[in-house]
Amino acid sequence: MPVIEAHGLRKNFGTTLALDGVDLRVEEGRILGLIGPNGAGKTTALNAILGLTPYQGELRVLGRDPWSARDQLMCDVSFIADVAVLPRWARVSSLLDYVAGVHPRFDRAKAESFLARTTIRQRSKVRELSKGMVTQLHLALVMAIDARLLVLDEPTLGLDILYRKQFYDSLLNDYYDRSRTIVVTTHQVEEVEHLLTDLMFIDRGRIVLACSMDELESRYVEVSVNPDKLAAGRALKPIHERQLLGRSVLLFDKVDRQQLAALGEVRTPSIADLFVAIIGMGGQNAAQGVA
Amino acid sequence: MNTQSNTLSDSFEAQRAAPAVMTATQPLYWSIRRELWENRWIVIGQLAVAGVYLFAYLISLRHLRSPAWQVPAHHMEMVAAPYDIAAGLMMGTLILMSLFYSADALHGERRDRSILFWKSLPVSDLTTVLAKAGVLLVVLPLLTFTVTVAMHVIMLLLNSVVLAANGMSVVSLWRELGIFRVWTQLLYHLLTAHALWPFPVFCWLLLVSGWARRATLLWAALPVVAIAGIEKLVFNSTYFIALVGRRLIGGSAPIDITHGDMFPLGSMTHLTPLRFLGAPGLWMGLLFAAACLVVAMRLRRYQGPI
Repeated sequence: MPVIEAHGLRKNFGTTLALDGVDLRVEEGRILGLIGPNGAGKTTALNAILGLTPYQGELRVLGRDPWSARDQLMCDVSFIADVAVLPRWARVSSLLDYVAGVHPRFDRAKAESFLARTTIRQRSKVRELSKGMVTQLHLALVMAIDARLLVLDEPTLGLDILYRKQFYDSLLNDYYDRSRTIVVTTHQVEEVEHLLTDLMFIDRGRIVLACSMDELESRYVEVSVNPDKLAAGRALKPIHERQLLGRSVLLFDKVDRQQLAALGEVRTPSIADLFVAIIGMGGQNAAQGVA
Repeated sequence: MNTQSNTLSDSFEAQRAAPAVMTATQPLYWSIRRELWENRWIVIGQLAVAGVYLFAYLISLRHLRSPAWQVPAHHMEMVAAPYDIAAGLMMGTLILMSLFYSADALHGERRDRSILFWKSLPVSDLTTVLAKAGVLLVVLPLLTFTVTVAMHVIMLLLNSVVLAANGMSVVSLWRELGIFRVWTQLLYHLLTAHALWPFPVFCWLLLVSGWARRATLLWAALPVVAIAGIEKLVFNSTYFIALVGRRLIGGSAPIDITHGDMFPLGSMTHLTPLRFLGAPGLWMGLLFAAACLVVAMRLRRYQGPI
């Protein structure tokens, strides 16, 4: 049963097409990374899922239409939009009071025990906290909500490495339990790579890649080709070629791994490499098209 | 919602622990609490004005020794005046507070991006807008009433001490002032003249605060100035601007001003709730206010951070 299901999702701002017929299906218990360049439509897609923006096409989140039933949907969906959305005037304790007051699935004791592990004091105001602490606070609030779906839009933007690592560690260790679903967008792909179960690339309002991480491993292979095998490698039609330390690195889609092993050193590409290969390639094609 | 989606949500529900029981009014209650936390200045501002006035009153009490006080007719008038001035001052403060509060009501959360946090919680746009309207209609006037009554009590105590020290009658002071009658009139006047009557003006500001990206008060004033200008040019009259002005300061016939006594708390004033509730102007105004709130609610649904 899908947590999110979209067919032909479209959204335009004036003449700009932010979402151009997106089809999407996210099953329960998945951790989906939505990756794309700036302005690709990531945030628009998330906003549609969260009921923050109207859209054309069909979209169901937990069986509901997010635009017409945002407030009911938010009983089962949590989101962290980016690091700076907690009201700066609020005290930590009053935020806890408020969320406990309006959210039927908020466990205040849980939030307090998360906060006890940080240096955040309940009497502090949000404006007195550092950026990293505000994120910790938001995460503590969200993790204490028993939600089905958690949406994270660039949750660690502007944080230092320690806070970023801690953020994803808490999420995996204290929150994720295989029955919850998480959708995350970020530019720091290397940090989420190991926790994703599914990957989706979005570019200019279209989904250009959608696969599970298992599928990715079996489908894409990167080969650091021995110089004498380069011609043979190119004959197998790599989808991308780059230079690394004087050697050519070729990326293949759906080519037999055994066959490629003969060409040189074989490995599974990182998401970043795949991103450059697929989105970068699209960019080049588009540039050629324009020219 | 169709049956299929209901089954879907139901099967999601079935796998989880039951949520905490929550009454329908709870989100509204907490939204009003949020307004008071967010706009602490509406409390602090009133207390500050009251504090300054009480200080000035304390200084003025030394004039009680002057010979003029020995004449009974002058006596009550001079003793009573500061109580009326205190009430009038707090009414003026209330008008200003309501204006600035409503002009920022739906703007602040968009400006500081916190709208994304508020919208991530199961609180509808209707509840949020109603909470803001509730602050204007009930919370602010009651706050002003409480502060004014507290001022009056402190003034009475100070006054009694000074009178007693000068060998004058404290009992006659309390009797002549008729303070409980004054408080009843004050409460009535605040809820009618300064809440229900100007409510359409505040709701208009609330609407504009949900639409304008900046300078809310200017945008809100623009159509008023434009209509007034056209009216002046075409009909050479100033009916519209006078109407808006009277709405804002709460000065209009149906409220409570009778016998030409302009000060609402004077002894000649009578409460005329039936006349007030029967005034077509009140209901037309409230209809306009309701329309503004509906638009404000729709706007909030579409708006994100600025």
